Amino acid sequence: MTSTVSTGGAHAPSAPEFPMPRAAGCPFDPPPALKEEQEQGSLRKVRLWDGTTPWLVTRYTEQRALLSDPRTSADITRPGYPSSAPVRGSSFSFILMDDPEHARQRRMVTAPFTIKRVEAMRPAVQKIVDGLIDDMLAGPPQADLVQAFALPVPSLVICELLGVPYADHDFFQENSKTLISRSAAPEERGAAHANLIGYLDELMGDKIARPADDLLSGLGARVGAGELSRRQAAEMGVLLLLAGHETTANMIALGTLALLEHPDQLTLLRDSDDPKTVAGAVEELLRYLNITHGGRRRVAVEDIEIGGEVIRAGEGIIVPNDIGNRDPDVFADPDRLDIGRDARRHVAFGFGVHQCLGQPLARMELQVVYSTLYRRIPTLRLDAGLEDLSFKHDGSVYGVYELPVAW
Amino acid sequence: MKVILDQDKCVASGQCVVAADDVFDQDDDGIAVLLDPNPSSDRADDVEQAAAVCPALAIRILG
Ligand code: SF4
Repeated sequence: MTSTVSTGGAHAPSAPEFPMPRAAGCPFDPPPALKEEQEQGSLRKVRLWDGTTPWLVTRYTEQRALLSDPRTSADITRPGYPSSAPVRGSSFSFILMDDPEHARQRRMVTAPFTIKRVEAMRPAVQKIVDGLIDDMLAGPPQADLVQAFALPVPSLVICELLGVPYADHDFFQENSKTLISRSAAPEERGAAHANLIGYLDELMGDKIARPADDLLSGLGARVGAGELSRRQAAEMGVLLLLAGHETTANMIALGTLALLEHPDQLTLLRDSDDPKTVAGAVEELLRYLNITHGGRRRVAVEDIEIGGEVIRAGEGIIVPNDIGNRDPDVFADPDRLDIGRDARRHVAFGFGVHQCLGQPLARMELQVVYSTLYRRIPTLRLDAGLEDLSFKHDGSVYGVYELPVAW
Repeated sequence: MKVILDQDKCVASGQCVVAADDVFDQDDDGIAVLLDPNPSSDRADDVEQAAAVCPALAIRILG
């Protein structure tokens, strides 16, 4: 329990620590302490690893308002920014910048993610998914779904889109795992980042020399035109590669686990051939699972009056989308997985100008996966006890390390 | 129903196109394009959905 008083979290003598642990044995729900904070009010104060006490925004309405408020900044180098670890280095990708530079760089990479371009990729993604399922079915009737399916699907897709050789996947998956792990030492994370930057920088050199029809070649042309430094292009490449495979892979594995644990919902999904049902299930699983934990981070650049409190200029703001998506004022019976509900307004991809760039691609990949895997392997089941699984409590992306399945 | 789209704000998420593809489209870079500034009233739900999910608050509905 927290020791806050009714005058609001701002004046709490001992703000609770953030992040908070999830409940043992319950892999899908946000931390119970976070739920308690939400019941107390929308704006709370929490204590971070470095002793600072930024605002925690727990309710959906205030979350969306603040994430789309130009008086908040995503610039990690500003004093007061509530970072999750010591800030190193001097170059950052555009997700940690403000407009107009953020918008300028973001618009350089939006073209492949239009709805039409993403839809044009659907048959290729279907082929990748079918091929991996063929391989699973050709072997013994059991597998680790993470290695056999969940990780290769988005990795193959993002490699194709960026123009990264898939043959290098062991290298970049290993390094990205370290980079996003909270339990890795700062030096280890720094080394992993340097490895990835070095790799992308070299690749960028190839793309500049021999451009192909892929996203990195497009960035290479921008470097040639002087719109972007090669370092910035490499930073963008790392961001897209990382965001492109880590998040979707965890949605595939954890989503499969959630469906196996909710057989009635799985049956509904499997028995429907309506693409709307599948699309709805994807939205609901995005809302329910919230695989990005740790929250979106901002710092106020002006005083902001909101939710009965005043956020002062220079104060940090943390917006955990997992709890926003379980706000009972917006989603009835929010802790229930219900693929039939309209969940499209969830904030799993964030909100505001920094909202996930790759969301159309992620949605399409998940739609193909969820409409194919369970139909082609209808006897798919968990080949372990729920208590035997180990979950990614330590990273910025939540999920399951391994998912033993059989059929 | 009158729809106003602020292209300067748009962050190319495509969410409006998913919600109502007869009212919104995207240019080659993903920036939203208004196909129909005066959609008929039976499109109200989908257009309201588009405005609600637009992360950039770039869509406004009048009347
Ligand atoms: S939903 Fe908003 S940000 Fe996304 S494409 Fe449409 S207008 Fe642009």
